[in-house]
Amino acid sequence: MSVPTLKQAPLHENTRIMGVGAYRPDVIVTNDDVCQWIDSSDEWIRQRTGIITRHRAPADVSVIDMAEGAAREALQKAGIEASQLGAVIVSTVTHPYATPSAAASLADRLGATPAPAFDISAACAGYCYGIAQADALVRSGAAEYVLVVGAEKLSDVIDNTERTISFLLGDGAGAVVIGPSDTPGIGPSVWGSDGSKWDAIGMTHSMLDLRELASAGKQGGALSAEEAAVTDAASWPTLRQDGQTVFRWAVWEMAKVAQQALDAAGISAEDLAAFIPHQANMRIIDEMAKKLKLPENVIIARDIADAGNTSAASIPLATHRLLLENPQLSGGLALQIGFGAGLVFGAQVIVLP
Amino acid sequence: MASNEEILAGLAEIVNEETGLATEAVEMDKSFTEDLDIDSISMMTIVVNAEEKFGVRIPDEEVKNLKTVGDAVSFIASAQA
Repeated sequence: MSVPTLKQAPLHENTRIMGVGAYRPDVIVTNDDVCQWIDSSDEWIRQRTGIITRHRAPADVSVIDMAEGAAREALQKAGIEASQLGAVIVSTVTHPYATPSAAASLADRLGATPAPAFDISAACAGYCYGIAQADALVRSGAAEYVLVVGAEKLSDVIDNTERTISFLLGDGAGAVVIGPSDTPGIGPSVWGSDGSKWDAIGMTHSMLDLRELASAGKQGGALSAEEAAVTDAASWPTLRQDGQTVFRWAVWEMAKVAQQALDAAGISAEDLAAFIPHQANMRIIDEMAKKLKLPENVIIARDIADAGNTSAASIPLATHRLLLENPQLSGGLALQIGFGAGLVFGAQVIVLP
Repeated sequence: MASNEEILAGLAEIVNEETGLATEAVEMDKSFTEDLDIDSISMMTIVVNAEEKFGVRIPDEEVKNLKTVGDAVSFIASAQA
């Protein structure tokens, strides 16, 4: 008996970003606000980080709420109905349920059901990881249109009184729709990880540690001095980073990754209209731009000044703002690069929608 | 391999590029933080650029021991040796 030949999904040769949406929560936290919690000054924070304000979400606004706001705008800009989506991907490290995913709820809210929906945990590289996957899904024929959202409520996982990372962080969401294209719109993804630096950025302790501390606390008197310090000060796990290690890795190694993304796309820095790095720290952005020898006419996204570092949301938020303020950039080439806890990184050259 | 004078001159150029300080201000006995007012982020930028310029590796845990310009010059010289 002969085995019948299988049908496989038809391929798409090219993909592009069709539309960008953003959600910026209402609460503005200034450097003076931050200085109530840590011993610092507006000048010190501006000089070291370039941050002037950050947006944070109130208690009743969730990661999924912000993702929905950004997604609705992205769909509208792309001219795509939610029912046409072949996949919904949410990049987040602050959705407060290990399961179910933020993406499944988001797909339902948008009316994208039964589109496959899943979350990605790739921290500040999450958006670029999402683009890598969406691009592959559409080109392989596994999906026609894919929604990629970076959404973070980092204010839920910070300790305002610590000095390594909390004062940098903000909340928000950015979203894009990826679909088939007549011409190439997304260059090859250069992405990867370096788990040897797993400790460089991350949570102070795990949820299991939290459970143990809580139960020991209830029994009374069973805590070691070390445990008691953790329960008293901050039993809720919060973010920390080794700033110098991360800064050095970001500037030095990531400039190389960014150059690889340019090479893979077959273009050079002179061909770029914009550079949209993860908004981690203005000094990292400036130093990367220097290392890449970006010509002066390349517009550099500096959304961090007002938005702070919003992890997976930072690149789509910065892209959204860049296009609002510089509509002439539409159709131009942008280099985007995300990098963060893992450590993980991802970069692509894209055509701006 | 570069002499201490050459390393000092190269380091002064890197510091000048990062901070705008005159190269003559970068002397062996000057402290990066106290005398030259170089913050931790600028220090990492200087370290990264020094690694490239002198072809050495300066580990993160070593950076905190480099208190003066002279400390950095000696470390680079011995790393090159």
